[in-house]
Amino acid sequence: MIEKHAERLLALARRHGATDAEVSVETRRAALTRFANSEIHQSVAEDTVRVNLRYVHGRRHGMAATGRLDDAALESLVERAAASARGTAETDDWPGLPEPGPIPEVTGASAAATRAATPELRAGVVREVIAAADAAGVGAFGSFATGAVTTAVLSSRGVRAAQTRSDAWLVTVHMSPDGGTGYAETCAVDVADVDGAALGREAAAKARAGDHAVALAPGEYPVVLEEYAVVDLLAKLGRCGFNARAAQEGQSCAEPGVRIASDLVTVWDDGTDPAGLPTAFDYEGVGKQRVTLIDRGRCAGLVHDTRTAAGAGIHSTGHALPAPNPVGPLPTNMFMAPGGFSREELLGRLDRGLLVTRFYYTNPVDPKRGIVTGVTRDGLFLVEGGEIVGPVRDLRFSQSYLDVLRGVSAVGNSRRTLRGWYGGVSVLGDITVPAVLSDSFRFSG
Amino acid sequence: MREIADRALDTAVRGGAAYADVRVVRRAEESVTVRTGRVESIASEESEGVGVRVFAYGAWGFAATHGYDADAVDAAAAEAVRQAKAAAPALRHRVTLAERPRAQGTYATPVKEDPFALPLEAKVADLLAADAALAGPGVVATVSTYGAQREWKTFAATDGSLTEQVFTHVGAGVEAHAVHGNEHQRRSYPEARGGRWGQAGYEFVRELDLAGNAARCAEEAVALLSAPPCPDGPATVVIDPSQLYLQIHESCGHATELDRVFGAEASYAGTSFLTADLLGSGFRYGSDLVTLVADATVPGGPGSFGWDDEGVAAQRTTLVENGVLTGFLTSRDTAPRIGGPSGGTVRAESWNRLPLVRMTNVNLVPVPGMSLPDIVADTDDGLYLDTNRSWSIDDRRWNFQFGTEIAYEIKGGRLGRILKNPVYSGVTPEFWRSCDAVADESSYVMYGNPNCAKGLPPQCVQVGHGCSGARFRGVRMGR
Repeated sequence: MIEKHAERLLALARRHGATDAEVSVETRRAALTRFANSEIHQSVAEDTVRVNLRYVHGRRHGMAATGRLDDAALESLVERAAASARGTAETDDWPGLPEPGPIPEVTGASAAATRAATPELRAGVVREVIAAADAAGVGAFGSFATGAVTTAVLSSRGVRAAQTRSDAWLVTVHMSPDGGTGYAETCAVDVADVDGAALGREAAAKARAGDHAVALAPGEYPVVLEEYAVVDLLAKLGRCGFNARAAQEGQSCAEPGVRIASDLVTVWDDGTDPAGLPTAFDYEGVGKQRVTLIDRGRCAGLVHDTRTAAGAGIHSTGHALPAPNPVGPLPTNMFMAPGGFSREELLGRLDRGLLVTRFYYTNPVDPKRGIVTGVTRDGLFLVEGGEIVGPVRDLRFSQSYLDVLRGVSAVGNSRRTLRGWYGGVSVLGDITVPAVLSDSFRFSG
Repeated sequence: MREIADRALDTAVRGGAAYADVRVVRRAEESVTVRTGRVESIASEESEGVGVRVFAYGAWGFAATHGYDADAVDAAAAEAVRQAKAAAPALRHRVTLAERPRAQGTYATPVKEDPFALPLEAKVADLLAADAALAGPGVVATVSTYGAQREWKTFAATDGSLTEQVFTHVGAGVEAHAVHGNEHQRRSYPEARGGRWGQAGYEFVRELDLAGNAARCAEEAVALLSAPPCPDGPATVVIDPSQLYLQIHESCGHATELDRVFGAEASYAGTSFLTADLLGSGFRYGSDLVTLVADATVPGGPGSFGWDDEGVAAQRTTLVENGVLTGFLTSRDTAPRIGGPSGGTVRAESWNRLPLVRMTNVNLVPVPGMSLPDIVADTDDGLYLDTNRSWSIDDRRWNFQFGTEIAYEIKGGRLGRILKNPVYSGVTPEFWRSCDAVADESSYVMYGNPNCAKGLPPQCVQVGHGCSGARFRGVRMGR
């Protein structure tokens, strides 16, 4: 259906005089149930469409977008995109639109149950989360989102790509009257894979364990980072390190061939892996390639869109974001290789250190060095002799995330798939990570 | 627009809504980005749709649809009621709505030079000229941005309220990047990440004089590479409005959002160190010099309007008066819980987002007596911090850390050498209590933050922060 609109727009652009054109159409039906103080306080649904047109005239190109599909809107879209193209200077390094290439077969990107999820279904799962909180005498605060997005990318060069993806994403923070807070999160293609009761119990247990936290002196500690914390390491490095545009502008903290992590760290991006939220192609209609980002500690590669790939003399790896893209290409389906240690074994290797549930409000202070500031949240615990001694109050840090990866001395044997962060751009992505033990993490207080 | 709104309200009421409001919105945006002398992108975006909010079965429900198709609008109104009905069994407290007068009237941003009527080529030429002025020895990359947004919004509610508002926002900025080895420095004007925004026409961009300020950015970005690092330890700091506005935003604006205080944002944006019972208790937020207002009536303020997205008229509310907490940012359903009417601070990003308690223009009121240069002259030994570079604050808006692009040493009341990588941290009320000078009107400037994110699904609105610069004692510098 949306391909039909895209074809019509493509024809309009060619008729208008575009030497080339690229159309992406994305429709999204999404809904979300939010809860706070153990009651549902927001329940929302939206039905949206976005049509992007890249209009090329010789070596000039411009883009425009609309939220309508009627003829008048599409004709206006062509006019605006053409005007944008006229406003740009001719660019010598314009690589042109990508040629059609292989698009990988992807299975399991969409589930009927998720596409059909109702507010009653979401409310039911939320009530399970709340029931677990009630049983522990804590409050539940969170959200449960379900949605389906259909994307089509077509171009005058012959690109024809379309897919439908679905996702279900549950987050809960449980807060105890005695000061403890706990966190649990999951995302999945199929809403049936979201277990509200289990996540509610996990967050409740963590919240109760965090009651009556005591102050701990800032300083350097070895840390076990739970999966919820590790995801932030990769998300920030995805933006500041593995993004080819940052590298080409001399602002990246990662350089292929250079050691940036311990031997135990291997990270790759793979949109086709059904363990995440699979996607077959990017917003230029380029098929997703598996890109190894860190191979046993060495930076092994960066992700590219068509423009950065042309600068590097290679083909795009299929990591373009929606235009206009202020960020550059990003890895949106990262995986970190698991290790051989259970959670208890990771903790058992700490003589005196901290167990970190997650990081919050992190921002790069010095992107070139991978230095990020933020705070811990929802469960910080002192560990002595391999055992959790008790909760400590949250701490602020300014820490090189690369140094944290260099200090990894053990990796967990199980992984979680989480939603991650993509430079502030709204895209459906995921990051699958294990917990890790890192030998030093500096907290400033 | 009115017919669409009426249709949505009728459908909602027929479905069981005790109250409903609807926003029929059309948005247009354009942006230009120049990177290192090359027009990287010119983008133009339009969107329109209808958002229906209902109060039914004792709960809120919201649904939105793109376009104005009558059947789709009916479906959205019915879906909003269904959302409320599904939420109702999980309610544990009764929602009470503060009364408000019926909203009627129109509002439009005062615009002298319509940015959308100006030829694109002229705007691109201005930006290219600014970007060219950034080029210089040692500058490896430059970024120059311009953007404009216009929104036509019709609000209607089942109590007969009907308002029509047209908002125009523009923003622009330039940034120079310098790199040496592993070190990266940036200087921007008026700030990075899209520049400064205002609710105005293109005259706002012209008044920024990007090209006239670009060369200084370039020189300072390169000079920072070889500048000494800013020393750690406690220091007296004078904070320029280009940083102070974000300090206000993060540690005062968000902290006084009453929905956060009540936990509505706990799992995402966070809560607040403030509690409702601190109101009227004499809680000291800052020193006597600190007076903060939420003012949606300021002409040209990025967060100004005629009526908020619940139909409550724009107001000026004092949040902190002479250092003492006196108010919160409120909505119709949070204000009754502290015994007052809504302060009119509920806003949504667009038609497809639920209105939430948001900042309007949260401003630090200037204090007559000392200009910003007077404060510098009155400082024997300190640092002058300019232009935000990084920010982070905890979920309670208590423990913060900010970095600025540059610091200038102050010795004997004079600005001296530049220092790189300044970072300071603190605890919100301790920091504001350490304020011993607020500059007068002469340096007062309204900064806009176009990317204030809150809520799930996330939504950004334009907020403003007017301030003139201030001095703080004993601030912890360093990471």
